[in-house]
Amino acid sequence: MFKKILIANRGEIACRVIKTARKMGISTVAVYSDADRNALHVQMADEAVHIGPAPANQSYIVIDRIMEAIRATGAEAVHPGYGFLSENSKFAEALAAEGVAFIGPPVRAIEAMGDKITSKKLAAEAGVSTVPGYMGLISDADEAVKISGEIGYPVMIKASAGGGGKGMRIAWTDEEAREGFQSSKNEAASSFGDDRIFIEKFVTQPRHIEIQVLADSHGNTLYLHERECSIQRRNQKVVEEAPSPFLDIATRKAMGEQACALAAAVGYTSAGTVEFIVDGERNFYFLEMNTRLQVEHPVTELITGIDLVEQMIRVAAGEKLPFAQGDIQLNGWAVESRLYAEDPYRNFLPSIGRLSRYRPPVEEASETHAVRNDTGVYEGGEISMYYDPMIAKLCTWAPTRKDAIKDMSVALDRFEVEGIGHNLPFLSAVMEHPKFVSGDITTAFIAEEWPEGFEGVTLPDASIRRVAAAAAAMNRVAEIRRSRVSGRMDNHERKVGGDWVVSLQNQSLAVKVVADPTGSTVTFEDGASMRVKGQWTPGMRLAEMIIDDLPLVLKVEEKTSGFRLRTRGADLRVYVRTPRQAELAELMPEKLPPDTSRLLLCPMPGLVVKINVEEGEEIQEGQALCTIEAMKMENILRAERRGVVSKINAEPGASLSVDQVIMEFE
Amino acid sequence: MKYILQELESRRDNARMGGGPARIAAQHAKGKLTARERIDLLLDEGSFEEFDMFVAHRCTDFGMQDSRPSGDGVVTGWGTVNGRMVYVYSQDFTVFGGSLSETHAQKICKIMDMAVQNGAPVIGLNDSGGARIQEGVASLAGYAEVFQRNIMASGVVPQISVIMGPCAGGAVYSPAITDFIFMVKDSSYMFVTGPDVVKTVTNEVVTAEELGGATTHTRKSSVADGAFENDVEALAEVRRLIDFLPLSNRQRPPVRPFFDAPDRIDPSLDTLIPDNPNTPYDMKELIYKLSDESDFFEIQEEFAKNILTGFIRLEGSPVGVVANQPMVLAGCLDIDASRKAARFVRFCDAFEIPILTLVDVPGFLPGTSQEFGGVIKHGAKLLFAYGEATVPKVTLITRKAYGGAYDVMASKHLRGDFNYAWPTAEIAVMGAKGATEILYRSELGDPDKIAARTRDYEDRFANPFVAAEKGFVDEVILPQMSRKRICRAFASLRGKSQQNPWKKHDNIPL
Repeated sequence: MFKKILIANRGEIACRVIKTARKMGISTVAVYSDADRNALHVQMADEAVHIGPAPANQSYIVIDRIMEAIRATGAEAVHPGYGFLSENSKFAEALAAEGVAFIGPPVRAIEAMGDKITSKKLAAEAGVSTVPGYMGLISDADEAVKISGEIGYPVMIKASAGGGGKGMRIAWTDEEAREGFQSSKNEAASSFGDDRIFIEKFVTQPRHIEIQVLADSHGNTLYLHERECSIQRRNQKVVEEAPSPFLDIATRKAMGEQACALAAAVGYTSAGTVEFIVDGERNFYFLEMNTRLQVEHPVTELITGIDLVEQMIRVAAGEKLPFAQGDIQLNGWAVESRLYAEDPYRNFLPSIGRLSRYRPPVEEASETHAVRNDTGVYEGGEISMYYDPMIAKLCTWAPTRKDAIKDMSVALDRFEVEGIGHNLPFLSAVMEHPKFVSGDITTAFIAEEWPEGFEGVTLPDASIRRVAAAAAAMNRVAEIRRSRVSGRMDNHERKVGGDWVVSLQNQSLAVKVVADPTGSTVTFEDGASMRVKGQWTPGMRLAEMIIDDLPLVLKVEEKTSGFRLRTRGADLRVYVRTPRQAELAELMPEKLPPDTSRLLLCPMPGLVVKINVEEGEEIQEGQALCTIEAMKMENILRAERRGVVSKINAEPGASLSVDQVIMEFE
Repeated sequence: MKYILQELESRRDNARMGGGPARIAAQHAKGKLTARERIDLLLDEGSFEEFDMFVAHRCTDFGMQDSRPSGDGVVTGWGTVNGRMVYVYSQDFTVFGGSLSETHAQKICKIMDMAVQNGAPVIGLNDSGGARIQEGVASLAGYAEVFQRNIMASGVVPQISVIMGPCAGGAVYSPAITDFIFMVKDSSYMFVTGPDVVKTVTNEVVTAEELGGATTHTRKSSVADGAFENDVEALAEVRRLIDFLPLSNRQRPPVRPFFDAPDRIDPSLDTLIPDNPNTPYDMKELIYKLSDESDFFEIQEEFAKNILTGFIRLEGSPVGVVANQPMVLAGCLDIDASRKAARFVRFCDAFEIPILTLVDVPGFLPGTSQEFGGVIKHGAKLLFAYGEATVPKVTLITRKAYGGAYDVMASKHLRGDFNYAWPTAEIAVMGAKGATEILYRSELGDPDKIAARTRDYEDRFANPFVAAEKGFVDEVILPQMSRKRICRAFASLRGKSQQNPWKKHDNIPL
């Protein structure tokens, strides 16, 4: 076995590999860029080597810099993680040339699977089901109709040079195929200057389901069942689970065996993933093979009990897999939520900055529950603009899918992240969504359920009552503390009453709070009452309440006359007032948010690269106004309507914060 | 007998109606509450004891003798906020537009005299059209009587003004003298001369909101210390502020039960200071993380944002915080910041509230606008305020403490009791680059040499240890231990007693 390995990666995956290496008694070497000097993976590793400036193309993906780090530390093997150099055959070759083991597949497997066309060809040869289609060029509409008929409707007519939906048509009939071919061809010619067209089977109700394979260099190739990764936003996976709620035993076996056949055909060793697209009838078609550890591998680990990183290291050291296909368990259900530093309320724009608060839920593992959080950040750490915005992967495991999802909801409620925008509310919304809970999902789930983007969660009335009961009980604690300030007028102290009005989410609920030594009873106007227990004292940011024996976890901020409470993705301003205060508050005018239509506000923290207009200039709808660079991305801000620029408040080079006014219009 | 008792109730009912249902409805329509409704929100339920409910004006000109409503446009009395006594007056806009008559003023004066005598804060809820013109000079006299009492009460009992409607002309000078002014957004304004007079005299066209609304006074003029969305929120926040303040200068600040361990360690503070000395960070995060339960009542949040002022609690006891904010103007001191902080420091000192100063200051802001504006004397105000303060003073230097600004920010030399520094502190006459360019002027032509000199200077001076060697810094502490160390420092100062030499009063550079 190796004595020392280097991890050519950063963030959560580097930390995750270090954990397993440490368990195996292998010492670890981290590499880091300028931006990662204080990163968690650097702190966790036994040694750390600086490999260059912050941009990955000057550090993490510079093969020479990694090779220097290997030489300097004497590492015997390299784990590449995912991304960066993980599927770079040149890197694997460079390692081989110096006799350093690559903890991953052989070079030829990486190469074979790295090319989309070659990999499809190889898959077909290995007997793997691929999407039926015609790859050759189609000369005219008649031929298009003929080919479509052969493939079987529905079909997708695509421009060879296509992208972003341009030059793409779906046809269900001969007539549509004829029309689609023409319009695709025209669009392709005008958009890409390349009118070549091909046709393939259109997969309806598509799901993304992938098979984890594991192979050693002694001829053993196993599959570790599937992961369902259909919950995606613009091809970015958000929630994954294992197993899939959709597969039956026969399909699982067929997919697993095909995946193994492909792996064997290319002489695969180590861990790899064969991705399939699965239609509503459980027909599955090969998409591609990822020749590395996948981000979402923990769900497989949780249902099989196998540490994939450990097996990768052992296989790389030439060991034989210690189990056979029949030994692979499928135990319970695991769900993974990816925590991204992206602001869901701002169309998932990346968010950077200091993590002023970062408290993941406590990890645990028992017969009936497991919570696992793979993370690469810590409270007080910095989320930089240079790398992937994923900062943690929260997994829960339970014997059933229902319980695993329920546990995930609670775990998300307990996850405290402040200082940056993040998608926790959105993840909670997914967990609460009836379609997700039922397992009836496709890759279009997010686009279909949130077509206008995410605007927060509205709690159902039953939940509102539970939150109101908790708020009333918590407020009582806060008020009693206030009434115990020193300097009171003796014998004329304030008595905190039991009647309160709780207002939240456009509802006002009159309640009576009666406390006793074990908790309090909150009674509503209609006579219904709730039993509230929980240890909340002022200043606690997380309230673990139990309402009528069911847990309710709230993120708490104390505010004027109440709280800001967050739970299940909802962000609630909750007022708790005496009946008199509530009566008078009713008289207060509702204030509309300020009119910002005459302002151009900066949508994200960033740097002004260019101002495209001048003061006094007349602008047209859609005209580019300025360019902001954030997360290494240039974002062009455009005029929403016609107008005249009256004032420009920012100049190139200025760094702006969110909602800073860039320019004003007349 | 029964009839006599009923007579009292009916007179009371009459007084409580103020200007009558129509005017009350009009007040509500403007999004404003009535004088009595406001008192209900300010005080603990049922604690209000009224004075002078039946006082009526004595004016006989302009037909005024025919209308003599009980109370004369102001409700006065005392009550409790969380069980602690406060005096309150609340002007009633439904009665003669809340205008101030001789008797209206006398009612205010009466409770102010009681407040000073009995040692309790005065809270004024202002909603008045101004002087009662029918009374002429008697009304002006009334204002001045109030002003004189505001002046005498200053530093004796806390005085808080809440502007909840118009406050114009002479009326503004009573709030101006009090310790804190809060305004209600969109429904209050303050100015010496209104938009009409402004137009006549200067031809300037300006709205009341632009001239003296909450935004103007919290952001531009700094007349107001805070602004709130509506009456309900404003009064709730005044209650919150009262919980931080002693009832008078004869009493200790209030202490309340707390739920945050004084020895709480916060490792995230170890990374608060960015690697690059020119990168800003949010000083508010430090304030929140040091204070009990992250509770910070900020004063003048919208003005001179390069310095932060406000109240926190440590171990349940109020502490005034002054902190440079590197996020704005690099946290430098300028005219506005100096004025803002100086007034805050003097308030804390007057009422025995200990002061915590968090320092990251690159110096005073240079420039003609500052010099022409008199930054010398304004900066001196803060220096003076710190130097004369005898309350417990604990200072923590997180990063830069350069030049004269180092001296000003509650340095050891200004009788700082505990002067702590983080290892990231740089206490020096100026930044390394500036210093080397002066010290090695002859080598300016050689960038390599200057760079080397700069590095040497940084190694030697960009740390807290030179100051620590001299005893100007009492202790260099780990950031994560700050709360514990600061709590213990203030705990050790609970018995602090320090007197300035006898004087009639000092002569702060106003």
